Amino acid sequence: MASLKAYIATRALMVLPTVIILLTLVFFILRILPGDPIASLVGQKVPPEVLEKLREEAGLNKPIIVQYGEYLYNIFHGDFGRSMIWGKRPVISEIMDRFPATVELTIFGFIFSVLIGIITGSIAAFRRGSKLDASMRVYSIIAYSLFIPWFGMVLQMIFGVYLQAFPIGGRISPGVEPEKITGLYVLDSLISLNFEALSSSFLHLLLPSITLGIVLSGAYTRLVRNNLIDVLSQDYITAYRSRGVKNSKIAIHAMKNAFIPVITLMGLQFAILLAGAVLTETTFSWPGMGTFLLERIQYRDYTSVQGAIVFYALFVALISLVVDVIYALIDPRIRY
Amino acid sequence: MELKNLATRIYRPIIPEVEGRNMVLAGLVIVTIVILMAIFADLIAPYDPTKFAGKPLSPPSLNNPMGTDNLGRDILSRVIHGSRVVLLVVFAASMVSMSIGVPIGLISGFFGGKLDRAISMIMDSMYAFPSLILAIAIAAVLGPSVLNAVVAISVVYVPTYFRMIRGQTLSLKSRLFVEAARAAGAGNFRIMRKYIFPNLVTTVIVVFSLSVADAILTEAGLSFLGFIVTAPTPDWGFDLSSGRPYLPSGYWWMITFPGFMVMLLALGFALIGEGLSELYAPRRER
Repeated sequence: MASLKAYIATRALMVLPTVIILLTLVFFILRILPGDPIASLVGQKVPPEVLEKLREEAGLNKPIIVQYGEYLYNIFHGDFGRSMIWGKRPVISEIMDRFPATVELTIFGFIFSVLIGIITGSIAAFRRGSKLDASMRVYSIIAYSLFIPWFGMVLQMIFGVYLQAFPIGGRISPGVEPEKITGLYVLDSLISLNFEALSSSFLHLLLPSITLGIVLSGAYTRLVRNNLIDVLSQDYITAYRSRGVKNSKIAIHAMKNAFIPVITLMGLQFAILLAGAVLTETTFSWPGMGTFLLERIQYRDYTSVQGAIVFYALFVALISLVVDVIYALIDPRIRY
Repeated sequence: MELKNLATRIYRPIIPEVEGRNMVLAGLVIVTIVILMAIFADLIAPYDPTKFAGKPLSPPSLNNPMGTDNLGRDILSRVIHGSRVVLLVVFAASMVSMSIGVPIGLISGFFGGKLDRAISMIMDSMYAFPSLILAIAIAAVLGPSVLNAVVAISVVYVPTYFRMIRGQTLSLKSRLFVEAARAAGAGNFRIMRKYIFPNLVTTVIVVFSLSVADAILTEAGLSFLGFIVTAPTPDWGFDLSSGRPYLPSGYWWMITFPGFMVMLLALGFALIGEGLSELYAPRRER
């Protein structure tokens, strides 16, 4: 057990350099790349005095190294600056307004992708070499090649416009929002037993998360299939068979062992999940982080754009830590 | 399960070679058709993609096989011409990321040490960051243009090449034939160029096809979000977003065709990459 703790501690320490690299990368993109971020965000037609004032507001008139120091210092103190438009609210509270929507979408998208991946992958593995197996392989490549906005719109067209079964945009019908506890509408309405909000938020969530889930499921299909096939050809499975153990029981044993590598993939897929969520949010007018980032790019709100990207970076680093720790908990071979 | 079945289960290669070859072939057919479409767009397209060609928002008919958009432009002609920007951006960007990622990966993996650890760490951090969001950040700062899209997309895919090439180099450099070359007096750069690089070529081709497939989706995404072209330039991702406001009224043809082409082209490259890696990848890894 001591070595597990050591592993977790070391892994947590290793997050720090990753975070600093990512923050430096973001800083580099936003401030050092040729082109003045303020000018390119605001446009060319603005008088120089206004540009200067905006630069000052965003702290861009100081020497670059001082800017870098302040930038890191502020982020590590949880200070993301203030938005440059409207009420000039702190960027972090603007982000916190939108973040739960993205979390809700990605969680459901993730659940769908893993479920679909496990089902299709197991079918392919247990019927290996059959037509069914071949069609699951085709499925996994096509799913990967789907363009999220297009696939989302096709679903909107079929289930929203023609069948009128699902809403085609937004998180919930106006006026029925549950009382805010976690910000995740499905969870909040469950906690407060508000079934009208529950059904509305769930219906709104279904199409976007299925879109995201199907597109991401292809990688799981293949991994589950290949792992299961590997495990099924191991000696201990042959031993089970020779003892007359039921096929269904063997399947359960085999699947348990086939899933450890799937967890690694979950970690790797997370970045793809977030990128996919940006497109899904845009397609379904989902008020999350992705639409926030794009909307602020359009409104030329420099501090919010930077804040959103930095927030993504921190989030990615945190999730990769969590995934590694879960992996270590499950697989006792991973230790320092 | 009968014994015979079990035996075939163990001894038959997991994926028959024929299947890998068919995948590559199917992919090549798709990609070739799209490339020909882009080259001969002016000859094939029935109308000028930026000019009025029929009653706005009319459904597919003999005159306009894919219908017309909200400005009365022929969607088929726009789909044909739309292949140009995406192919240009994706090929240019992939060439740039390849010519940065491959040498760095080779050198980093070959020499190892502190430099390798530093570069790997930077590359791994970049790799962990959502590619589309990174591309959005770069494109937003540089401003919307085709050239800037090339820059944004090429930055995103450098780590993909780096990681694959570095990994391969690590395993190749301890092989016997490298040691033999060294014993025969070959210097570091000669070993990299004459002994290691030739063994990386298949990997580079596979990574190229797979990352092009991914880059097509990234390009279409950037274009959909308005970071690449402006009206009236035809581009699949961009046209898809122009069709979006007309979706609730049921004008399905405005979104169906451009988005389908994105998928088809990405699928073409994915098939080539998957097929090749099945034909050439070491069996154990499947």
